[in-house]
Parts: sequence; structure tokens; C-alpha cells
Amino acid sequence: MARLPLQGIRVADFTWAWAGPYATMLLGLMGAEVIKIESTKRPDHSRMRSLAAGPTFGGPNQAPIFNDLNLNKMSITLDMTRPKAVELAKRVVRISDVVAENFRPGVMDKLGLGYEVLKEVKPDIIMLSSSAVGGTGPNRHYVGYAPTFAALGGMAHLTGYPDSAPIPMMGSSDLRSAATSAFAILAALYHRAQTGEGQHIDLSSTETIAVLVGEAFLEYTMNGRIPTREGNRDRIMAPHNVYPCQEENSWVSIAVATEEEWQALCHTMGDPAWVKDEKFSDAYRRWQNQEELDRLIGEWTINYSPTEVMEKLQKVGVAAVPSFSGLELFQDPHLKERGFAKEVQHPAIGKRLVVNAPWKFSATPAEVSRYGPLLGEHNQYVFGELLGLPQDEIQRLVAEGVIN
Amino acid sequence: MAETALAGLKVLEYAQFVSGPYCTKLLADLGAEVIKIEPPGRGDEARRREPFLNDVPHPERSGLFFYLNTNKLGITLNLNTATGKKMFKELVKETDVLVEDNQPRVMKEMGLDYESLKDINPRLIMTSITPFGQTGPYRDYKAYHLNTYHGSGLAKILSYVLPDEVKRPLKGPGFIGDYDAGLNAAIATMAALYSRLFTGMGQHIDISKQESLIALERVEIGMYGNEGDSMMSTVMLSGMVGGLQPCKDGHVVLCLPMEHQWEALIKLMGNPDWAQDERFKDELDRAQHAKELNENIAQWTMERTKDEIYHQAQALSCPIGAVTTVADLVASEQLEARGFFVEADHPEMGRVKFPAAPYRYSKTPWRIERPAPLLGEHNEEIFCHRLGYQKEDLVRMRAAGTI
Repeated sequence: MARLPLQGIRVADFTWAWAGPYATMLLGLMGAEVIKIESTKRPDHSRMRSLAAGPTFGGPNQAPIFNDLNLNKMSITLDMTRPKAVELAKRVVRISDVVAENFRPGVMDKLGLGYEVLKEVKPDIIMLSSSAVGGTGPNRHYVGYAPTFAALGGMAHLTGYPDSAPIPMMGSSDLRSAATSAFAILAALYHRAQTGEGQHIDLSSTETIAVLVGEAFLEYTMNGRIPTREGNRDRIMAPHNVYPCQEENSWVSIAVATEEEWQALCHTMGDPAWVKDEKFSDAYRRWQNQEELDRLIGEWTINYSPTEVMEKLQKVGVAAVPSFSGLELFQDPHLKERGFAKEVQHPAIGKRLVVNAPWKFSATPAEVSRYGPLLGEHNQYVFGELLGLPQDEIQRLVAEGVIN
Repeated sequence: MAETALAGLKVLEYAQFVSGPYCTKLLADLGAEVIKIEPPGRGDEARRREPFLNDVPHPERSGLFFYLNTNKLGITLNLNTATGKKMFKELVKETDVLVEDNQPRVMKEMGLDYESLKDINPRLIMTSITPFGQTGPYRDYKAYHLNTYHGSGLAKILSYVLPDEVKRPLKGPGFIGDYDAGLNAAIATMAALYSRLFTGMGQHIDISKQESLIALERVEIGMYGNEGDSMMSTVMLSGMVGGLQPCKDGHVVLCLPMEHQWEALIKLMGNPDWAQDERFKDELDRAQHAKELNENIAQWTMERTKDEIYHQAQALSCPIGAVTTVADLVASEQLEARGFFVEADHPEMGRVKFPAAPYRYSKTPWRIERPAPLLGEHNEEIFCHRLGYQKEDLVRMRAAGTI
């Protein structure tokens, strides 16, 4: 089998909920050995029953959301209220390259697992601490979840239609924070490989959202304007919107940037009389009159399916793509050919389709290779094989409730 | 000055607008040397994009271009000319990474696809970012940010919360989906670089913007693949306690999945009688009666400002966030204390204030060394001092439209 890009990297993963686990899962997809440290007393949020858990949920080992955010990982159980468990956690850190955690700032210190302690245990350790608003500053103890990150990061205010309320995105804000964490860890790993130096990374989930709307800040700092919601519109391009298609709630997105594209669109629509109207004679006028323009284009798209419009327009070099539903993504021939989803056999849930790794490496493949672990599934491997504890000691630790 | 994380790393960028430039900006800001190649004359598409300083459209005054190209060197090169191609290959020979965002067939037609370039530099890591990836029936399809966002399924997911009369699929704000693809590409690029330390081998990375975005809603989208529908679209949104609520001067967002957080909210609201009702006993009860419950919460939030609610809630560890504007963030004490905004001098724009990075490294800090490059600003430095051309050559190349 080909070598995976992060083969040989081990991650001691203390994260939970969404933003932390997906960060280390990204490393796991690329071949890192990720050891999730949890406990039966305090399982990961996503192992627990909740509104969002879905109809397949059946307990901590039968939680589809947990599975989806912890693929390719291992799990050990340690009751961190026990001093012996903390010592074992340190032994896992000693044989790891990376530590990741997303508790409220200060919690790891209280557990006796702060960076200052861990760098004594493993001097070149890279430790990522991900929190709601960062580990410094007056609000460092504040807590949050994806929707509050989106709100506090300035994104919710910019998301929606001009006449609608702001929209705090849901889970995707956690995964954006996670992707940023993965990048930050990889840069630190690269530095460590060059210099032998480890370090601590303090990441703010709120800030990970804010940097993704960077130009909105410059609009304010340069020109004093506060940008707000713009729906599907663009500042320059028109047409630039979604257009209704034949079936109910089916839509196609069309964006036109150049005169050439506009001409091709007109021609494909059969050059109806209205396209010659002075109101639509140049890009500026089309932008000014885009409401009427959108209505007229919609009278053409309504006769077709989104895919039909895409095929007609892409053939002549116009950017048209359906607004896919989740279901349609699984039926799309392009995504099918690219293998965007993969079936995983889970011992408690059964067959489960999951979204695959979002990159294709030509030499070092990276993909989903195993289900999200059962609670403590790898206690034997980690405590026995990796740490070399004798069997009777492991049994004693289980009996004492340290490994639990 | 402290060392940077990516010191010594050489990156070549042949990309425009947001995704490719954001990918290499992430590397440049951590110390990599990024040489940005722009087409002569017009330059990067982002130079023609708002916001412009004082609303004067000018290729050296775009805030979008500035933000996405900090810490880079800029050169101009026309890759459609034989000389341009030759010089490009000379640069490829010396680089660790090439990031590009052209249609797959364009790079092939120019003879600059990975298969051709790896012969020049077997250690090359080439990262290609396109709307639909390098393979599959849509590989050469055209898509702007609007189209990739809708094509990923994320736009329909965003529309769940809209009232029925305006329920149309909605793109994310600004160019967020393009930033997402750039970040995703940076992750893969760093992993390939790490791998190369041990294998000595370069490789080609295929990044699809569509798949970069799908990954961000993997839980929601995965449910469609298995259940044919999602909990988020049905139960979750109608049954969520809190969510977005109006207040005196805007909105707040409440997200209270844990029992103790619900208890904190009740305490925050001063233990109102209605909260003791049997119907609101546990999470599933509350979900059943979420509409009524949220009306009660809204009555309370409406009488307060978003900042009052935010800070008072957080004092009780109740996860509430204020819906902030960019102005709120620029004025934020928290961000100020963390040095989130930095300033840099630009020859045409003067002093510009912009967001730095969302991470603080204890040893290798993010830093701003130079603003975004002017068009062709480093032609002489790269072509003469690096590749060994004469200054007179540059004059002739300019006349020939090569640079």
C-alpha cells in the first residue's frame, strides 16, 4: 500500500463536540494515528442523544454524527478525575507528536495537562488549543458553539437576503474552525521537522470565521461602510442569481461576467425580443435592472430541469450549475465518478455512507479507511501494545475505574 | 525577530481571485516565499474588485486583492508566449510548491500540466484548485463562487431557516466558499510537503471547490445519503431552543444543547414562572414546544441590547453570542487584546488595517513583512537577480508582451 502523507504522526486527541474532532479527523484521513481520549463517564457530545442525533441514534456506540466526525480514529477511555488516568494520558502524550484539545481555556491546566506540563513530558510536542474566542483577552473564558462563532465572527450578519434576518450558519462553522486547526498544526509540524522545535497554538474559533470574510473588514476600515446581506447578488455581475426550474424548489445558479457570456446566454435562450431592450444593453444596465432581468431569465429556466440548463449553458461557456439538494449530490454522475462518498461498515450501525476526504493526492492517497471508534475500542492496543503495560496491570486499572 | 514556521519554503502561484491566492497567502503569512505570477497588463481579477480605497476603482487600490496577497512577491508573465513558458519552467525548477487554478484542459494545452512539469522538477508539489476537480464529466465546466456554492448543496442548507415565502437557496456571504477551498488546498499542500521530507517525492494534488464545500456540511449531507432526508432540516430547526432572537439593537444567537446551559438561561432571565412549566422539562419536551418557548425568550431579549445579553449570559457560562457587524469587531476589546487587527503601509493605499490570523503560535508568530505587491513589482528582483536575465532583456520582454 502507498505511504500516506502523515504516516508516522501520532495525535493525542482530547477534543470533543464538532470543531475539535473534525480537526484531528482531517489528520487521520491523511494517515496520522489519532488516539481519542474519552471516558464513559463523560462521552463526547456527539455520542449522546440530542435533537440532531438522527433516527439511527442508539447510544454512544451507535451515533452517526460521532461516526461522521471521528472516522479513521482510535478510542481509549480514561477517567480524568483519577490522578492515575492523568499519568496515563501523559504517557500517551510522551509517544505522540501532537496534542489537540478544545476545552474552555484553563481546563487542561486544571487537569494537570496544560502546555507547560506537557512540554516537560515531551519537549517537542505541538499542542493545539481551540476555544470559542481564544485563550487570551478579557473574554477568554467565554463559551460557544458553531452558531455563536458565526454570529461573533461577523458572518451571520452578512448571510441572508437584504430583507431577511441574519443567518447564523450551523455545523459548517465548526468544520471551518476545524480545517483552520488542521492547517495550523501542519505548519507547526513542518517547522518541527526543520528545527526540532515544538510549540503551543492558541486558536479562536470566532476568529477562524472572521478571516473568511476579510474584504468586509477592509470595506469598513478603508471606506467606513458596514457591509450587510446581499443574498445571491454580486457587486458587479448580473445576471447573478438562482433561477426557478420545472419542479418545485428546483433551482439553477447562473452567473455572467463578460459580454461574451451574456451573448451566449441570450442565444441559448433563443434570443427573445426583450434581450434587445435598452435596459439590458450593457453590463451596468443589466446590473441596475437585474430584478426585471432575473424575472425574464426565470421565465426561460422554468421550462427545464436544473441539469438541462447546466448542460445547455456550459456547452456555450456560461457558468450555470444546479443548486443541489443533499439527496441530489448522491445521485450526481460527476460526484459519483469522483468517489465523493464512501460506504463504511460500522459494527453497531451497519453500512453507512460518509463524505470522503476532500483532496486527491496523486502519490499518497488519503481517504476514509475505518469507522468512528467504539468507546474504548483501542484500550488494549494503546495501553498494552503502545505503552507496554502488562495485562494484569491493565485489568487492575479497569477494575479501579481508571481505564473507564 | 522570531523565526517563521515556513521559512525557506518556496511557492509559486499562478492563480487569480480568491481560492488560489488565499491558499498561498496562508503560507506566505507563515514565512514561505510566495512568488505570484500575474498576466501582464490586467493582473489578477481581484484587482478589479471592491472594496476600493475611497471608492476609486484602481488596480492598486483593491482591498480584496490587498487582503489576499499580503507577504507575497509579484511578477508578471504571459504564459501564452514561448519566452513566458520558458521562464515559468525556470521558476518551477526552483520551487517547492506550485498552486494554480486554471481549467484542467488549459494547463494541458499550454504544456504546463503536472505530467510535463514533474520532469523539470520531480520534487514539485503541484496543487490544482478548480470548481469540479481534475477528473469527472464536469471537470472543465465554468463556475464562479455563486455556482460552486450552489453546486455543493450548501446553498439549499442555508435556506432551511428562511420563511417559506422567500425560501430560495442562498449562497454564503462574500466569497466564503472560495476561501474555504483555498484553506482546504493549504491543508493538503502542507501534508504533501511534510510527506516529501521523508519520501523526497513530489506529487499532484487535485482540489475540487465543490468537494471542499461538501466536506463542511458532511454531517448534514451524509444524512441525506443514508436517511434520504436530514434531521437538521426537519426536527432541529423547528425544535431548537433559542437560535436567532431579536434584541433592542440587533440579534443574539443562543445555542444550549446541555441541561446546565438551559438552567443558566433561566437564571439569566431571572427565573421566570413560565420556565417552570412541565412542558419545558427536558430537551425533548422543550423541542416539542420550542415555538412558544422561543416567544418567551424573545420577549426577554427584546428589552436588552445584544452586548448586555452576551456578556451577562457568558458570566453564567450560558453559550450566547451577539450578531456582530464588522464595525463591532473592529471595536471589540477581545480582538484588540489579542491583536487580531494589524496595520501595514502600502505605496498606493497608505496605512491599511486588516485581520491577521486566527491562531497564535508560541514560537513562530504570524507576521506582516510586506503588503500585497504592485503589479510586476518584483520583476527585476526575480528575473534579473534570481534567473539571471539582464535589465535590457526586461525592456525587450515588456515590449514583446511577455512581462
